[in-house]
Amino acid sequence: MDAESDLDQDLWNQIVSMGWTGIRIPEQYEGLGLGHLELCVVAEELGRSLAPVPYSSSVYLFTEILVKFANEDIKKDLLPKLVTGECVGTLALTEQLYAPTEDNINTKVSNDLISGKKIAVPDANAATHAIVVCQGDKGIELRLIDLSVKNCVLEKQATIDDTRGYAAIEFNNAPSTLIGDAENGWSMLQNTLDQAAVLFSFEQIGGAQAALDMATDYAKHRFAFGRAIGSYQGIKHKLADMYIALTLAKSNTYYGAWALSTDSSELSVAAATARVSSTEAFKLCAQENIQTHGGNGFTWEYDCHMFYRRAKVLSLNIGSLAVWKEKLISGLEKSNLASAN
Amino acid sequence: MNFNDTEQQAEFRARCSAWLKDNAQPKTSARNDKRYGKTDQKEFLKSALEWQKKKFDAGWAMLHWPKIYGGLEASPIERIIWGQEEAKFDVPWGVYEIGLGMAGPVMMQYATEEQKQRYLPPMAAGEEIWCQLFSEPSAGSDVAGLRSRAVQDGSDWIINGQKVWTSGAHFCDYGIIVVRHDPDVDKHAGMTFFFIDMKSPGIDIKPIKQITGGSSFNEVYFNDVRIPDSQRLGAVGDGWRVAITTLMNERLAVGDANGADATEAFKWAQKQDDHGQPLIQNRAVRESIADWYCQASGLKNTKLRTMSALSRGDTPGPEASITKVVSANKLQAVGNFGIDSLDMAGMLKTDDTDVHSFHDAWLGAPGLRIAGGTDEILKNIIAERVLGLPQDPRADKGVAFKDIPSGK
Repeated sequence: MDAESDLDQDLWNQIVSMGWTGIRIPEQYEGLGLGHLELCVVAEELGRSLAPVPYSSSVYLFTEILVKFANEDIKKDLLPKLVTGECVGTLALTEQLYAPTEDNINTKVSNDLISGKKIAVPDANAATHAIVVCQGDKGIELRLIDLSVKNCVLEKQATIDDTRGYAAIEFNNAPSTLIGDAENGWSMLQNTLDQAAVLFSFEQIGGAQAALDMATDYAKHRFAFGRAIGSYQGIKHKLADMYIALTLAKSNTYYGAWALSTDSSELSVAAATARVSSTEAFKLCAQENIQTHGGNGFTWEYDCHMFYRRAKVLSLNIGSLAVWKEKLISGLEKSNLASAN
Repeated sequence: MNFNDTEQQAEFRARCSAWLKDNAQPKTSARNDKRYGKTDQKEFLKSALEWQKKKFDAGWAMLHWPKIYGGLEASPIERIIWGQEEAKFDVPWGVYEIGLGMAGPVMMQYATEEQKQRYLPPMAAGEEIWCQLFSEPSAGSDVAGLRSRAVQDGSDWIINGQKVWTSGAHFCDYGIIVVRHDPDVDKHAGMTFFFIDMKSPGIDIKPIKQITGGSSFNEVYFNDVRIPDSQRLGAVGDGWRVAITTLMNERLAVGDANGADATEAFKWAQKQDDHGQPLIQNRAVRESIADWYCQASGLKNTKLRTMSALSRGDTPGPEASITKVVSANKLQAVGNFGIDSLDMAGMLKTDDTDVHSFHDAWLGAPGLRIAGGTDEILKNIIAERVLGLPQDPRADKGVAFKDIPSGK
């Protein structure tokens, strides 16, 4: 983590060479043409290993938007490049010090030229392209942009998790291409975020499991007052609470994967349920892993803080806990079913 | 993982549902009125017997049991499906669960063939009710600390002592009991297991009034009660091993807390007023309900994982161990929420079904957090058996039972 780079290029090259960036890209565009379930498996492993790679931004967000909403020309141009790693994408959404909504997007698009500023754009260090959420004449638009154009200025932003490169991007009449239609940008975005929530949940349960494993292992081998600290109920109950939260999150996330893979009408509520439980589980497991490690957990050398940092960043990445709890309840209001049991 | 029924499972579910529709009324609310301890007891026992008999005659009573004892040899997954479908109906509950869930398996495993043929079919048909006599005043979470004594006298054993928290002892015909035959050996080695005729001379039963006002449990006193040695289950000194079989079954039987849940909280918040707005508009309320919904949904999906493992022929993982600790605490939280949402009026007893269900949840939850393993014991079990953490050092190991410190 002390290294200058916030991207593990070797690991990323391996991920690309195994074809993982093309899991969901149809074979006609040189991808593997597989379903979301395969993506879930990869996501859980990336979460477990805290991999410093731009996978989530490029694959769950950027690639999914292109696969689902882009026209044939764009697909032919970019999808094969996403497979080979020549192209890496991200999503530029946030602008303010509060959550983005349909009504507070100030980045404007006019005559295909974008002006405005996005902040905390994930994995911008590695990205060659971005989908920029813009305010257009008729509503929110999703705009594809090549980040190498000169009227687009990227400024790196330090974050609480330096294993991922975030940046602010300023657009001054930067040329862009419309994705999908100009009226339904916000609902396309929400659909993408719902899908991505399930995949992020897999990263989160992967990370939570790793943090719980780490805490459990430490509790078995660290001795105090002549016995393993894991033999004290204060530690046992803490670890049991972590296991309980993680089990609930896993079950909800697996259900989310089912809803995602079957394109179920329940996706929106199932994704929010998975997202909320996984966020809670990773938060608890990461913070209590530090507590279980005592003073060692507060040192730079132990990995505890890396889980703590990643848990927080993942919990914010596609919207905070509050945002997803609200999505869950408003989803229940819409379906008026609310029959969890 | 597949969250849909297979064709075969769907067909079985449809059969369960069709029979239930013909023979019972669907539930209209989360409140379960047909539960023992809630209504007139004699009437209730009669209706419970009728329902059990009806199920037995149609083959639903003990689906997984061998056919010779009145079962259908159904698969575990079919048993779960039946349970899910039956739970949607307003049927009597609380009389037979302990006997069938705990005494049944232990008799199946340890009784002689002759005893099984004599006792199991009437147990399944509801004609004879069974209870479990384990807990004692000084043996709760630490059941192995029990002190009721058994002394051998010819072909009989003579029992003296006291059991407590015995569900339904006053209407039961038989019970399973674990007692101490030897206080001079190690705690776990000095126990023996029997089944007992609850009408035996010397048994005195006193109901316990619970904080809910109901009385589902009893104290049971034994004064020179005789049990024939032929009713011993397992060898002399094997009582703890036999008891563990039962306790494992109890952990499966005491599952989800019944009562007001996220759905009820959500529906209530839609109609309850909050400063002129529906309560559901309140952001704090929305967040709380989201939490309970995630827990409820997590438990439901955990059960589906168990089912999925069973239907693949795999042994389910330990994930079901979280069910009671999560659901009983959720029940308490939802009860608190519902009552608090009424401000001062929340304290008033009322006929309103929703408010009643919140009162029931709030008063019943403390018991559920204790019964069948307290939150603390369940968390120890998760920590030790699932996560593999070491046991606490114990003051009762390698010591004769009579020398173990016992407090007051």
